[in-house]
Amino acid sequence: MSEMLLPVIGDDETPFWEAARKGELRIQTCKSCDRMRFPPRPMCPWCNSTQSEWKLTQGRGTIWSFVVPHPPLLPQFMDLAPYPVIAVTLDEDPKIRFIGNLVERSGDAINVIDPSTIEIGQAVEVFFDPVNEEIHMPRWVRV
Amino acid sequence: MLKDATAIVGIAESPFAKKLEASECQLASEVIIAALEDAGIQPAEVDGMASYTMENTSEVDIAKNIGAGDMSFFAQVGYGGGAGPGVVGLLAMAVATGQCEVGVAWRSRKRGSGGRPWAGAQQASASGCWTRPFGLLRPADEIAMLTRRYMHQYGATREHLCNVATSVRKHANNNPKAIMYSRKMSRDDYMNARWISEPLCLFDNCLETDGALACVVVSAERAKDCPHPAVYIHSVAQGLPPQHQTMTNYWNDDPLRGPAWACADALYRNSDIQPKDVKVAQLYDAFSPLIILSLEGYGFCERGEGADFTNDGGIELGGRLPVNTSGGGLSEAYVHGFNLINEGVRQMRGTSCNQVEDADSCLVTAGEGVPTSAVILRR
Ligand SMILES: [Zn+2]
Repeated sequence: MSEMLLPVIGDDETPFWEAARKGELRIQTCKSCDRMRFPPRPMCPWCNSTQSEWKLTQGRGTIWSFVVPHPPLLPQFMDLAPYPVIAVTLDEDPKIRFIGNLVERSGDAINVIDPSTIEIGQAVEVFFDPVNEEIHMPRWVRV
Repeated sequence: MLKDATAIVGIAESPFAKKLEASECQLASEVIIAALEDAGIQPAEVDGMASYTMENTSEVDIAKNIGAGDMSFFAQVGYGGGAGPGVVGLLAMAVATGQCEVGVAWRSRKRGSGGRPWAGAQQASASGCWTRPFGLLRPADEIAMLTRRYMHQYGATREHLCNVATSVRKHANNNPKAIMYSRKMSRDDYMNARWISEPLCLFDNCLETDGALACVVVSAERAKDCPHPAVYIHSVAQGLPPQHQTMTNYWNDDPLRGPAWACADALYRNSDIQPKDVKVAQLYDAFSPLIILSLEGYGFCERGEGADFTNDGGIELGGRLPVNTSGGGLSEAYVHGFNLINEGVRQMRGTSCNQVEDADSCLVTAGEGVPTSAVILRR
């Protein structure tokens, strides 16, 4: 897992990954108009407030789409291919669609699920799998 | 108004190949000189330049190579394959407003032999940090995500994508300059091709090409003195819709209504030519589903009808709307869509390898899925 492509975490993304380390899926939410926005950014596009908080979500959603990449790929993904990648609409706000991986349990590689069993509309739930001390990757299981 | 105030009077292109020996700078210089010869204009008269922000050759280098005089306008358009018609639009605006008199636009790219951009970044920063760590690595993966959703939402199938790939291949089979000129593609060839990112197979992806192209823009008045019939820039626009994310447009209300719709609104607002009047189109095709989305976005059919539009030769010569008559990015060459611009000019001059006889206007678009641009050319 140490070979994985890891996200570079900037100021905007820091609260997300802090919450991830606690096993929480939190989304940046405007303090003024209460709307969620993603990806995180300094200003709310609906009321232009720069004040935000990170609201706890249920971490549940629905598969909106998925793909199955085949080579050529980056070296760290070559041996895993083909593997499914899913887009998940978040229950709290369907315009937020997380890109992620469907697995069965902690520690699973991202290619454990047979893509032919995946269907748009399936319900999923997030958990966070530690890759290192800083990064706990969101992973999704079907519920 | 920009309408018909300027015209494209010269075009040129290098050979297209997986690998060309000449540098991008040499290729760019050669095609610009050739386009100026096509226009009957001396290099010293060039006083305006426009290109892509992803272009590796600079105005300074090009001006030194071609022997340009005093340059009074130079600018670039961003977002990769979204730039093409926007680059021509910059020149049209500059010429129409007197900022320059002779503008050249170009794209020179060794994408065939020069490596794949997605393979470079080993870490996932900025916008990529929400997609790349999960294995959504390449433009093909990013567009495949939208494609699967489109198929689910509107009942489209691989048969429709196959329509697109085989239709533009047929056009390339009539174009001796096309990389796929001598390579026919059957429906079986398509269906049996290896996957790149399901639901997209090899033939849903554009070619990887070395090549360069250029065009010359002057005022409509000056165009009368040029050797070829003027090809007027009738309307041109860029498009960036609300809450858009480049390539990974997953974070808004309607990801399948991309930049094409915003661009089309602006394009037709300033145009006497409407979708029903357009008889040939060059639609940016880094991936086959982008043609289907663009058919909808630019108003040739309703939402969800783009797939069926391609049935029964709908986008082939003789069909409802011949698309990518030189073979496009899928089968002629992939040079960030500049070949679509030059093919649009040839259609208006009446010199295409797949000439649409009654076409008096041609829509040329840039990439759907990125901040985009489009132009309506007319005879
Ligand atoms: Zn707000």
